[in-house]
Amino acid sequence: MSGEAPLPVGLDANEERLVAELRAGSEEAFAALVGRYHASMVRVATAIVGNRAVAEEVAQDAWVGALRGIERFEGRSSLRTWLFRILTNRALSRQERERRSVPFSSLASDELDAEEAALDPERFLPADHARWPNTWAVAPESWAGAGEERALAAESHRVIAEAIDALPAAQRTVITMRDVEGYDAQDVCNALEVSETNQRVLLHRARSKVRRALEDYLQEDDAGDGSPG
Amino acid sequence: MTCKELVELVTDYMEGALDADASARFEEHVTACPECLVHLGQMRLTVRAVGRLRGEDISPDARDHLLASFRNWRREG
Ligand SMILES: [Zn+2]
Repeated sequence: MSGEAPLPVGLDANEERLVAELRAGSEEAFAALVGRYHASMVRVATAIVGNRAVAEEVAQDAWVGALRGIERFEGRSSLRTWLFRILTNRALSRQERERRSVPFSSLASDELDAEEAALDPERFLPADHARWPNTWAVAPESWAGAGEERALAAESHRVIAEAIDALPAAQRTVITMRDVEGYDAQDVCNALEVSETNQRVLLHRARSKVRRALEDYLQEDDAGDGSPG
Repeated sequence: MTCKELVELVTDYMEGALDADASARFEEHVTACPECLVHLGQMRLTVRAVGRLRGEDISPDARDHLLASFRNWRREG
């Protein structure tokens, strides 16, 4: 039962069967679900609490909560979304305890209050430029071909993971939920209690920084001085 | 729409959050501006590259621990 692709969102027949088996106490069904969702739950929890060991505990605890609540699961959302809600509730309250009662929502609003441009302003000509105000001064170099391949290759994973780890908590959480794990904007807004607009602002800032990290990484190697990292 | 404005609207555009008018101006700009088109392509590629981080498996320790929790839960009934 291991190694299956993740389910599409929505309660399909397969998921329905797993839920029924789980209620009947099937360890095999539980192992299948854990194999499918646990690593993803740990990544989401890590983004929220900022610590892998704590996140592992939170995810373990979420599974216990899910088992206790499985009788009440009505299948109105997918099982994946239902687990995500249990997990994020626990991760957010744990984060609040660890951070001495700074709720996640106030971390998010601090990030949102700060002005932040997607790119270094130096990349653009000044607003009072006589001919081309606010156009590119330092244009992005195309990644078509080799750049694209390298951005998607396994070697770039470390660069991307480090760039995500370095993000402020709310941006790190939103990009992990949306772009790493593929949750819907709506699920993310509900979990974090942020508006759609604010969710997009956080996502934009996070993506912009990861893009910059990739740009640096691709340019570094273009320079090609051959020195090992 | 200037290049500097456009780069701040890329995520809104990709999320389908721009109104019809802004969306049309965005598309008009990238059609005429190769640099902004490159930038949009880089943002799209960034999203794909970030998606590649998925796919790590559960550790055997975590799995054993969870199965033990499961047996506890089943005993409790
Ligand atoms: Zn432009």
